[in-house]
Amino acid sequence: MSAATTHAEQAAHDAHGIEIPHASYRDYTIGFVLSVILTAIPFGLVMTGALSPAVTAVTILGLAVVQIVVHMVYFLHMSPKAEGGWSITSLIFTIIVVGIMLSGSLWVMSHLNANMMPQAHEEMSQIP
Amino acid sequence: MSSITLPAGEDKPVYYEIDEHPHPEGHSTLLGFWIYLMSDCLIFAILFACYAVLGGNFAAGPGPKDLFDLNLIALNTAMLLFSSLTYGLAMIAMQNRNLRHVQMWLAVTGLFGAAFLAIELYEFSHLIHIGATPQRSAFLSAFFTLVGTHGLHVTFGLIWLVTLIVQLGRHGLNPANQRRVACLSLFWHFLDVIWIGVFTFVYLMGML
Repeated sequence: MSAATTHAEQAAHDAHGIEIPHASYRDYTIGFVLSVILTAIPFGLVMTGALSPAVTAVTILGLAVVQIVVHMVYFLHMSPKAEGGWSITSLIFTIIVVGIMLSGSLWVMSHLNANMMPQAHEEMSQIP
Repeated sequence: MSSITLPAGEDKPVYYEIDEHPHPEGHSTLLGFWIYLMSDCLIFAILFACYAVLGGNFAAGPGPKDLFDLNLIALNTAMLLFSSLTYGLAMIAMQNRNLRHVQMWLAVTGLFGAAFLAIELYEFSHLIHIGATPQRSAFLSAFFTLVGTHGLHVTFGLIWLVTLIVQLGRHGLNPANQRRVACLSLFWHFLDVIWIGVFTFVYLMGML
């Protein structure tokens, strides 16, 4: 970035004050309608029990991920360009940390459970 | 960094300012607030992990199927979703510099938020009344901690919302207030995102 363009951007910045993401009826309507659909389907699936539990679980988790993306894009106005790319960078970093933390915790704890449970039962049976 | 070029026919070199510029007040507040939200996201991730690990330990007590009422949760989800939409309308009103509409939509958002909180408190009081207290089992401890932390966030969001409506009434749509409305918008929509995880993972998965 050359110094001259920085200057121009600075002038634009000063004129508009704080840069607040542009909100439009279109964005909020699309986001709201998609959210309603993506909420109604999982509730419907679980309340009616139309599919087997395993299929339902995978489906509703998938729909939750889609709905989170919809909220991010249409309500939180997340885009690769927002805040010069820093907000998406911090978001991706957070997703990576959360992924490591969640999968790591579940992995470790399920192993602990698998290793501890039989022993615990054995100890219990040895108590007179 | 930058190079100095001498345009043809000019005696003096043209200097560009390469020092750091003074930034307008609060220019990085929204990004800073977003990073706060990301740290908040980590708190919820830990609580979700706790729930995932402890959620099956009922200690011979009641499980999700005995306790949760999906109709109530669907109603609660609707409240939060409507509040997200009305907050969006407040943001659009702010763009159109319509102070009265901003205040009105913020108030409507607050009412939906309060309804959400009332339903959640009713659910909690019902659970505690029938003996499903946080002390009953690891599942219930993890459940109350996760859902309670979300509820606490909504409570603070409501306090912020009321404060902001009063601030707007006193100072109007000045840059500081616009920034605050935009920050609360991020906070409010973020809570809705967390709620997607809660209703899917805790309530719906629990009923399978």
